Amino acid sequence: MPALNAALATEPGAAVVLNSWDTVLWGVLPYVMAVVLVGGLIWRYKYDQFGWTTRSSQLYESRLLRIASPLFHFGLLAVIAGHFFGLVIPMAWTQAVGMSQEFYHFNALLVGGIAGVATLGGIALLIYRRRTTGPVFMATTKNDKTMYVVLTAAIVFGLWTTLASIFEGEHGHNYRETVAPWFRSLFIFQPDIAAMAAAPFSFHLHTLVGMALFVIWPFTRLVHAFTAPLHYLFRPYIVYRSRDRETKGRGWSAVGTPDRDTRNR
Amino acid sequence: MRVMAQMGMVMNLDKCIGCHTCSVTCKQAWTNRAGTEYVWFNNVETRPGQGYPRRYEDQDRWRGGWDLNKRGKLVLKAGGRVRKMFGLFASPVQPELKDYYEPWTYDYKTLVDAPLGDDFPVARPKSLITGEDTKITWSANWDDNLGGSADNGHLDPLVEKVRRESEDKIKFAYEQTFMFYLPRICEHCLNPSCMASCPSGAIYKRVEDGIVLVDQDKCRGWRQCVTGCPYKKIYFNHKTGKAEKCTFCYPRVEVGIPTVCSETCVGRLRYLGLFLYDADAVTAAASVTDPQELYDAQMDVLLDPNDPAVQAAARAQDIPEDWIDAARRSPVYALAKVYKVALPLHPEYRTMPMVWYVPPLSPVVDLLRDQGHDGEDHANLFGAIDALRIPVEYLAELFTAGDTDRVTMVLRKLAAMRSFMRGISLGNDPDESIPEAVGMDGQTMYEMYRLMAIAKYDERYVIPKAHVEQAHDLEEMGCSLDFDGGPGMQDSSPFGEASGRPVPVAVDTFNALKDRQTTDEIAAGTSLRGRVNLLNWDGRGAPPGLFPEKGPEPDTLAAAEDQP
Repeated sequence: MPALNAALATEPGAAVVLNSWDTVLWGVLPYVMAVVLVGGLIWRYKYDQFGWTTRSSQLYESRLLRIASPLFHFGLLAVIAGHFFGLVIPMAWTQAVGMSQEFYHFNALLVGGIAGVATLGGIALLIYRRRTTGPVFMATTKNDKTMYVVLTAAIVFGLWTTLASIFEGEHGHNYRETVAPWFRSLFIFQPDIAAMAAAPFSFHLHTLVGMALFVIWPFTRLVHAFTAPLHYLFRPYIVYRSRDRETKGRGWSAVGTPDRDTRNR
Repeated sequence: MRVMAQMGMVMNLDKCIGCHTCSVTCKQAWTNRAGTEYVWFNNVETRPGQGYPRRYEDQDRWRGGWDLNKRGKLVLKAGGRVRKMFGLFASPVQPELKDYYEPWTYDYKTLVDAPLGDDFPVARPKSLITGEDTKITWSANWDDNLGGSADNGHLDPLVEKVRRESEDKIKFAYEQTFMFYLPRICEHCLNPSCMASCPSGAIYKRVEDGIVLVDQDKCRGWRQCVTGCPYKKIYFNHKTGKAEKCTFCYPRVEVGIPTVCSETCVGRLRYLGLFLYDADAVTAAASVTDPQELYDAQMDVLLDPNDPAVQAAARAQDIPEDWIDAARRSPVYALAKVYKVALPLHPEYRTMPMVWYVPPLSPVVDLLRDQGHDGEDHANLFGAIDALRIPVEYLAELFTAGDTDRVTMVLRKLAAMRSFMRGISLGNDPDESIPEAVGMDGQTMYEMYRLMAIAKYDERYVIPKAHVEQAHDLEEMGCSLDFDGGPGMQDSSPFGEASGRPVPVAVDTFNALKDRQTTDEIAAGTSLRGRVNLLNWDGRGAPPGLFPEKGPEPDTLAAAEDQP
């Protein structure tokens, strides 16, 4: 299979297959997306701290939320981890540690499939809840609705690529030879457009919708993901803050006195 | 020793008539906004009663406050950091709207606009959450004056506890009833569990005056603080997605005037002043093993402002001279530590609350009087306090983690003061034996009487101003004038409702009130940045955004209404 990569690079026909659309979609768009994502996040963080929230609707309804929200979020965390393994870790590495392609593929599909189904089930339940619970629906903005469409589409198309791999079995597409090298190549600013262009349509669709999701990300309620409170594990419990510090610097600073840090006692 | 200053409050429950003026004025000042309809920074509960939100004191269910672990260290009752992180996606124990109540308004418009007919028009209740017709089943003070206590009285968690522990029953039969009012605000604790629960670190205690605030810019709406606070005094604003709480009216206190609830209190039962405390000693004090010793531990944390060593340490911590002077004159320090008649609410939560209560003697006096005894005689009162176990046990559950001796001591002091002062009023010589019976002398007792009975405004409220040289740092004053857009010009922001820079509360409230007072139109919409504020809805028509847009144009509607 590694021959495919080499073939794409060397075969004269491969370069002919590439058209300007491929260049735009897989060579330009990712960088546009990155600029919008990073720039948008920075801008929103500076401009809209007050709007930067989960906008939780648990106060209105918690019976469904208690099941759906953890299902979706934990599923999503697993999906993100799966993307990391699939896209960032080169195939050569897993083979070097003696992991066969079949074993990797089986695990990826099994874990990825479960995580994907959990995520999709979670968001389906969340959307059902949002639509049918009066107060929750009233608190849903147009912005939210747009976001839900893109987010759900990204999950559905992603799951489609996984399921397709399962049903195609041996003949399935190995994204670790197309999408993954392209993804890694983006970070060294040498986009391997040909590799991505060789991936099937389902992967193209999933990637495009995924990029759309990242483009709208900074401008939706999804931003709360970027302030996941990991620092809570390390900060002192009791926070003292001076009135002075309030306006001089807007950044948060933990001023817990060591004695009040009950964690270390 | 690390001396810090803390604004504190004492409420004398004997004087509370349960008029809810504090609640109403607080609401008008702070929570008269969309998303905070159900929020009462200040509420008044009738006790025995379930409180607000319902049964908030049942910590087996709500998991608020601190616990000691097996090694005797303080841990959050709802679980440590890792457990909290796993609870982010759906907070495991959080009150729902039904535990508070579904706020409502009335369809007043019908009263004046209803066509002539056989039936008298009625203003139907409309839910402020859904805008639909609603059935009112509960509110912030639904069981006011023991209303419904024959049915619901047993639901008070403290009643349950006292009943379990005693063979006697607390009777809710009218003739055997005792009751009193308990006004509650945020306790501005020295060891706040809401703050420790906040994953974002958005809740902070001000170094200068100990007021606990939520940084609205840093709050991300993880809702853990609602669980963490055992008093359930952090509320989730369901429109902005941020936590809100009592602010101790910091913009007022900073300029030396009392909080709105204190200022408007009809019974003049609230006292405001400074405590000096040793910040280094708080954690150890909150970790005392026996819950009934937490009161003493809390007392030890409070420092004597007349002690030169304390004053020197305070100066070393840059506490200004006028603040040290205010601490010396502090009425709350006097009531809590000098006279020892003010008790903290639920010390067993281990949060070191800084709003204190003088427990009510009136249930005892009333019972004596009703039985034909002299309710002013100290011997009668002392006997009654000892005999009337149920009120004392109930008060002990509230204020001393069940230590009835402590509550009895305070009630005896109040009884002695009552009896001692009656003697003086009747022109008799002061009977020194009465104060001696409660370990005080006549002079001290008279001073306590002065403070509790006839203290004037500037004796009840000893509030040092924030320093002029720091004026530009005051949180809202500094920015309200250059606030972008100015009054009435806030725009709806593109990223969901209430995004963009926060409107200072003062500006928001100012606009809402101005709208309502000056406009001929429906007072909602334009100044609320796309949110619907039904609290300002006077029933004329429907505020924009209340209902989905459908049906005929407003013009045709109006034309249709004009037809007979």
